[in-house]
Amino acid sequence: MPAHLRNTIRIGLTALLLTVVSVSSAFAQAEDGPAFLTNRINALILVIVFSVAVMYFTQQARKGKTLFLRKIPGLDAVEEAVGRATEMGRPILYIPGILDLDEMDTIAGVSILGRVTKIVAEYETPLIVPARYPTVLAACQEICEQAYAEAGKPDTFNKDSVRYLAGEQFAFTAAVNGIMMRERPATNIYLGGFFAESLLLAETGNAAGSIQIAGTSQPEQLPFFIAACDYTLMGEELYAASAYLSHEPLMTGGLKGQDLIKVILITVIIVGVILSLLDHWNVIHFFDIYSGWFQEA
Amino acid sequence: MTPFSPIELWLMAFVTLAIFSFLYKDNPVYRLVESIFAGLSAGYYFGLVWDTVLMQQVVDPIKTDSSNLYLIIPALLGILLFSRLTQKWSYLSRVPLAFVIGSTSGIFITSRLQGLVLPQIRTTFMPQNVPGGSTDPWMIVVLSTIVVVGVIATLVYFYFSHEHKGVIGWTARLGIWFIMISFGAHFGYTVMGRVSLLIGRVQFLVEDWIGSFTG
Repeated sequence: MPAHLRNTIRIGLTALLLTVVSVSSAFAQAEDGPAFLTNRINALILVIVFSVAVMYFTQQARKGKTLFLRKIPGLDAVEEAVGRATEMGRPILYIPGILDLDEMDTIAGVSILGRVTKIVAEYETPLIVPARYPTVLAACQEICEQAYAEAGKPDTFNKDSVRYLAGEQFAFTAAVNGIMMRERPATNIYLGGFFAESLLLAETGNAAGSIQIAGTSQPEQLPFFIAACDYTLMGEELYAASAYLSHEPLMTGGLKGQDLIKVILITVIIVGVILSLLDHWNVIHFFDIYSGWFQEA
Repeated sequence: MTPFSPIELWLMAFVTLAIFSFLYKDNPVYRLVESIFAGLSAGYYFGLVWDTVLMQQVVDPIKTDSSNLYLIIPALLGILLFSRLTQKWSYLSRVPLAFVIGSTSGIFITSRLQGLVLPQIRTTFMPQNVPGGSTDPWMIVVLSTIVVVGVIATLVYFYFSHEHKGVIGWTARLGIWFIMISFGAHFGYTVMGRVSLLIGRVQFLVEDWIGSFTG
């Protein structure tokens, strides 16, 4: 068995063991409450439907069925932006957000970093990845190292390209702004969770003349990115980015599963509106039962 | 009357102006203050994590009650991150990362479905409350229609399995209008907040710092 596969199995089994231990201790601590909350069956059903949809499409993709994904202009621009940086001989700055690794936006940002780094490694373009948390730093280093190895250039990876800057939000921003003005990256990519620093970063990048691609699921920050960046990924486009760039069956299947859920949710809304109207016109009277099912526990 | 001593006032004014100097261009004074800010925050966060996480959540509970011994597991996970410093054992650092990423995804899927998706779906198809408490049925119909059409059109925009052409294209375009209107509102709201932050700094410079010259 190859060494990397053996290590992956070891890691997976250890993580599984830890999960079992954590769940057991959570049950042991929940002495006062029931182990199964019956008022949350609605969420359970939705999780099952979601999981089945994702697994079905993943299987389809693995069998070789082509799953169509529409064009996302911001992501098509990534390769072009890397090419521009290579031509100019300047680095690419990639910020995976300012949140810790236990946030979905950061996980999405770190995941896309792997795809971007692979392109960067192929072009042999310098890369700068500033991190705000030690866990994000470790994850980014791991992802980048892996991407350089996949691109067949493990020796060109410089561990110092992934750097810890500062823990405080605006100290981190000040340090990143300094990098933008001193190292003059040709391309700035902001993909992850961003807050009040979004405009400070994007405006500085704009002033430095860099091409900028941004994406976050924070609706309050998206307008600033749209105003100051060349391409912006809005909300779920950020989560779709990794699947779009990789075209891996597992990820594309997940995205297709989410799309199916959206169709189901639209249907649920339309049925709800029709039942509400029929209830109002005294035709049938089970709207309350229907709407109650979607009530938060 | 300012609550700060003269030394504090001058120091605060200096770092404020040094950061503002970046508006002109990158300069040595900005670099100095940037380095102080980054270094201070790194040191501060180290102290914070040492006290509030390592001491208060691991060492103290284990010292006081031996049944808390299981807390060693997350501590060990943290220590495993240091394995990156060695070539041979560096793969072990993936264990805590895999655990954090996996558990986060699991927790978020259920909590978001339970706390956000289900209630928002319900709120969308329920008759809307008109601002100001009006019970005019036409107002309720208009508002409810806008909400239902807006949510469906926005969902269609984020549908990736079909090209944005034909009916889907038109609906997605309508969705973008709703999204942009919402962004416009967010933009105005956030800019107001940022302007108030700027006013706070300018107020400090004018009233506290310059005001201290005149006594």
